[in-house]
Amino acid sequence: MTETPAKSDIPTGAISDFGIDTTSQSTGEAIRDYFARLRGGDLGSLPALLGLAVLVLVFSTQSDNFLTLNNQANLVAQGAGKMIIAMGLVYVLLLGEIDLSAGTASGVCASVMAMHYVESGNLLGGMGTTVFWVFEIGMAVAAILAILMRIWAGAVFSLVAFAMALLGVEPNAWLEMLLAVCVGAAIGCITGFMVSKIGMPSFVVTLALFITWQGVILQFIGEGGVFGIRNSQVLFNVANGNLSVLGSWALCLLAAGGYAAVVLGEHFSRLRRGLVTPPTPIVVGKVVIVGAIAVVATWLLTLNRSPNPDIVTIEGVPYVVPIILALLVLGTFVLNRTRYGRHIYAVGGNAEAARRAGINVSKIRASVFVVASATAAIGAIVYSSKAGSVDPQAGGLNTLLFAVGAAVIGGTSLFGGRGKVVHAVIGGLVLAVVENGLGLLDQPAAVVNIITGLVLLLAASVDALSRRRAAVAN
Amino acid sequence: MSEPLLELIGLNKSFGPVHVLHDIDFTVRAGEVTALVGDNGAGKSTLIKCVSGIYPIDSGEVRFRGQPVTIHSPKEAADLGIEVVYQDLALADNLDVVQNMFLGRERGSSWLMDEASMEKAARETLASLSVRTVKSVRTPVSALSGGQRQTVAIAKSVLWDSKVVLLDEPTAALGVAQTRQVLDLVRRLAEQGLGVVLISHNMADVFEVADRISTLYLGRLVADLPAKETTHSQVVELITAGRSGDLGLARPEAVTI
Repeated sequence: MTETPAKSDIPTGAISDFGIDTTSQSTGEAIRDYFARLRGGDLGSLPALLGLAVLVLVFSTQSDNFLTLNNQANLVAQGAGKMIIAMGLVYVLLLGEIDLSAGTASGVCASVMAMHYVESGNLLGGMGTTVFWVFEIGMAVAAILAILMRIWAGAVFSLVAFAMALLGVEPNAWLEMLLAVCVGAAIGCITGFMVSKIGMPSFVVTLALFITWQGVILQFIGEGGVFGIRNSQVLFNVANGNLSVLGSWALCLLAAGGYAAVVLGEHFSRLRRGLVTPPTPIVVGKVVIVGAIAVVATWLLTLNRSPNPDIVTIEGVPYVVPIILALLVLGTFVLNRTRYGRHIYAVGGNAEAARRAGINVSKIRASVFVVASATAAIGAIVYSSKAGSVDPQAGGLNTLLFAVGAAVIGGTSLFGGRGKVVHAVIGGLVLAVVENGLGLLDQPAAVVNIITGLVLLLAASVDALSRRRAAVAN
Repeated sequence: MSEPLLELIGLNKSFGPVHVLHDIDFTVRAGEVTALVGDNGAGKSTLIKCVSGIYPIDSGEVRFRGQPVTIHSPKEAADLGIEVVYQDLALADNLDVVQNMFLGRERGSSWLMDEASMEKAARETLASLSVRTVKSVRTPVSALSGGQRQTVAIAKSVLWDSKVVLLDEPTAALGVAQTRQVLDLVRRLAEQGLGVVLISHNMADVFEVADRISTLYLGRLVADLPAKETTHSQVVELITAGRSGDLGLARPEAVTI
C-alpha cells in the first residue's frame, strides 16, 4: 500500500524542530541522557550486571576454586540448559503471560529424544501400544490446532514429530534432537490454543500442564527409571564437549567481528541518511569492549584448564557457548527487526491498540507459546546432555523457577511489554553463579534454594520499584 | 460545497433490545470540519465505531465517495481511507513514536523491517503538520505528555493518505495549551483537504474549529447546521432537549380524542 508524504511542502525551519534527531548528541550529552533515563526508572539489565559483579567478587574471595577456568567453563555448561529455556520464556513474558509448564514440557521432549536413542528408534516398543497412539494423536491434534490458528511452522513441526515416531527412523543424534524440538513445538501449539482461542488464563493452563507433563515423563521413563544418553557421542558432547582451539578462535572472530560489522555498519548507514544515532565514540567504545571481552574469554578458554594437566587436556570453548550465542542472535533479531517481533511488543504494551491496528492478537498470543516450548526443548537437550541422562525429575520445579527467575532478574518485566532475550542470558549467568558458588562452598541444597529465592525477590522488587518510578516520573 | 466523502444514509444500530442509533443521515465533506455533538449516551462513540468497522450496522447505507461500501473491520475502513483517533488514543506505551505511527503497517519485508524509511516518513509527516512539540521520533510514547500523544495519534492518521479522519473527544483530557495544539492540528487537517469529524463535549472547541455542527439526541441526528448560522445556546438546547425553536425534532402534536 502506498502513501503520499506531506500534501503541502515541508515548511522550512521545521528541520530544526527535530533538534535531537538531525544533530547528533555529543558524547557527554549521551552519557548524561543515559543517567537521566536510569534515574527515571528505565534500568534495563543494569541491576543484574551489578549483581553479577558483586556475586563473582564474593564467591571468588570465599572459595579458591571459583575463579578457576575449569569451574567457570563448568558453570556456563551447568546453567546453559535453563538459560536457553529462559530465552524462550522471554517471548511469553513480553505478552504479560507466563508458561509454568516450560520446564516439564522440556522434560517430555528430552524423554522422547532419549527414548528414541535407548530404544533404537522403536518408540512404539518403548512407549507401549496405547501410550504410543495417544502420543501420535497428541501430535496430530497439535498440528490441527496449529492449522486452525494459521501457525504454519507449528503445524509442520508437529507433523514431523508425528511422522518420525510413526516411521521408526534409525537412531541418529541429529534427528533425535530435531524430534525433541518438534515435540516441543507441538506442545506449544496445544498450550497456545488453549490460552488464545479458548481464552483460559495462561497461569491456570500452564500450571495444569506442568502437572500433566510431569505425569507423562513418568509414564515414558517409568518410576525409578532413567534413560542414559552418555554413550551417544553427539548427544553427550552437546553440553560436555568443547570446540577445538582453532574452532574457538574462529567462533571469536565470527562473533566479535559479526557484532562489530552489524553495529558499526548500521551506525554509519544511519549517519549517512541523517537519522538519529548515538554518538560515534560510544558506539565504537561498545564494539571495542565487546571485542576485548570476546578475545580475552576465548584466550582463557583455549588454555588447558584440566585439574590434572599432565594426564588429560581440557581446552576450547564449550559447545554450549555457540549454541547460546546463535539462539541469542536469532531471538534478538526476530524481536527487533521483524514485524512479528514488533507486534509482540505491541500486544504486550497495549493489546487493544494492537487489535485496532489490525494485528492478529490471538495468533501472536498463541505463537509465543510455540516459540517458548520449542526453545525449552533445546534447553532440555542441553541439560540432559550435561547430566548424561533423562530421569523422571527432568524439567522439574527448580528448572522452571530458574528459567523464569533468570528472565526476570535480567530485566524482563512480568507485566509485559518490556524485555530482551539478552536479559535471560544475564539473569541465567547470575543464577548459575549463585548455584555454582554455593555448591563450591559446600552449602546444602536448603541454603542454595533460600538464596536463589532471595535473589529473585530482589530482582522482582527492583523491577516493580523502577516501574513505579517510571510512572511517577512521567 | 465540496464533494461528500462519507455519507451515512438511514443508519440503524441496536445492541440487543437497546436501539442506539435511529435512521442517521450524516455527511462528511472534504476540507470541512464537522462537529458531532450530543450528550453522554446520545450515540456519538457508537456511530464512530460503526463507521470504523468495529461494530456491524443493522441497516442503512454507507457511501464512500459516492460508492456504497460495507465495512467489516478496522482494516477495511483503513484501506478505504477512514482513520479514527479513539478517545483512549490506542497507542502502545512501550513503543516509540515511529513504531506507533506504523503499527500494523510496518514497511519492509516480513524478515526485515525498513526502519530508516519509516523514521523518515514519520518525521516528514510531523513536520508537514508543523508539529513543534515532539522533539524526537524515537522518544517512547510513555515519555510524552497528553497533548503530544494526541498529536502523534492524529499524525498517524495523516500518514496513511486518509480521506476521512474521525476524532473522538481529542481534547477531553488536555490542558489549555495542549488543547490549542490539537485544535490547530485539526484545522490543518481540513486545510489539507481531509474530511474531519470532531466529537466533542466542549462547545468552545466546537465553535472554534467546526464548519458544520451535527447534533445527536438520544440516537437521532436532530440537526445538521453550518456553525456560522448557529448560536451557542441553540446547540445546547438541541443537545439537551432535541429541539430549539424550529430546529430539531418536531414538537409532538397535541393529543386529540
